[in-house]
Amino acid sequence: MRRLLILLALVAAQPLLADSNLPPAYWANRQLPDPKEEAKAQALMEELRCLVCQGQSIADSDAELAGDMRDLVRRRIAAGEKPGDIRAWLVQRYGTWISYKPTAELAAWPLWLAPIALLIIGAWLIRRRIKLKAGS
Amino acid sequence: MAEEKLRMSRSLRFAPLALLLLIVLALIWRLATPTSTNVPSKLEGKALPNFTLAEAVPSKPTVSAADLATGEPRIVNIFASWCVPCVSEVKVLQELKGRGVAIDGIAVRDKPQDIVEFLARNGDPYERIGSDPQSQVQISLGSSGVPESFIVDGKGVIRYQHIGPIEQSDVPMILAKLEQAR
Repeated sequence: MRRLLILLALVAAQPLLADSNLPPAYWANRQLPDPKEEAKAQALMEELRCLVCQGQSIADSDAELAGDMRDLVRRRIAAGEKPGDIRAWLVQRYGTWISYKPTAELAAWPLWLAPIALLIIGAWLIRRRIKLKAGS
Repeated sequence: MAEEKLRMSRSLRFAPLALLLLIVLALIWRLATPTSTNVPSKLEGKALPNFTLAEAVPSKPTVSAADLATGEPRIVNIFASWCVPCVSEVKVLQELKGRGVAIDGIAVRDKPQDIVEFLARNGDPYERIGSDPQSQVQISLGSSGVPESFIVDGKGVIRYQHIGPIEQSDVPMILAKLEQAR
């Protein structure tokens, strides 16, 4: 029981977050002057997962590392790199974990098939209902 | 016929309840055994990406990827003066240095003065230290926090990534990994 309580307490535990004494990177909280480029960067940042506040995108997170990643994304977009290439570069380092964009990998198949399966089950239930009513 | 269908719908009536129970049990299980939040680098087993870093402290040379393929395995330690677990890790790194392990440091988001003070206070196990003020090299290594350590073999290939501080109890494992990287 005590062990379980300690384990449960771990769930509420916060990682030891310390912040550095350096200001945020230049492009962390600054928009690119070209609105088209900024839109591209913003769209990509919303699909990249923060390594610190896992579950937030780097566009949403206040973590310093997320700021440094926004800086990286904006710099590379401004240098003419394609968003897909920047994402691939990060996936090479952190795995698909870093990207929120769903992929067609095997583990994601239930996710793609679930809506179709639910539609089929729903149709079957409705058919049964209609038949049942007709029978009574 | 109609009766049979009625009985079936009765047993079906409990299906949502069973489903709910299943979901609650799954949630309790996950709460009791939380998954690891570590994000391992995918570069383990691959060559170090190319990087050069600015000098972190005036008294030490900086470190670049080219410097790391020395023919002997070494440790690249990602640390910061503002990182609390790094303080206790330095003592373990000192011990590893005493056993002949070559250690280089990458100081993340740090100021030269703060690094000098950190090393003076806690000890200095580093041969070279590079400064990574915007975490760019840290990100290029697939590292997600401080402290983290990479064991790099003589050819510059990352052989092992250690997430979190190297504790006293990790020393034999680290020495074994270094031996394997030979």
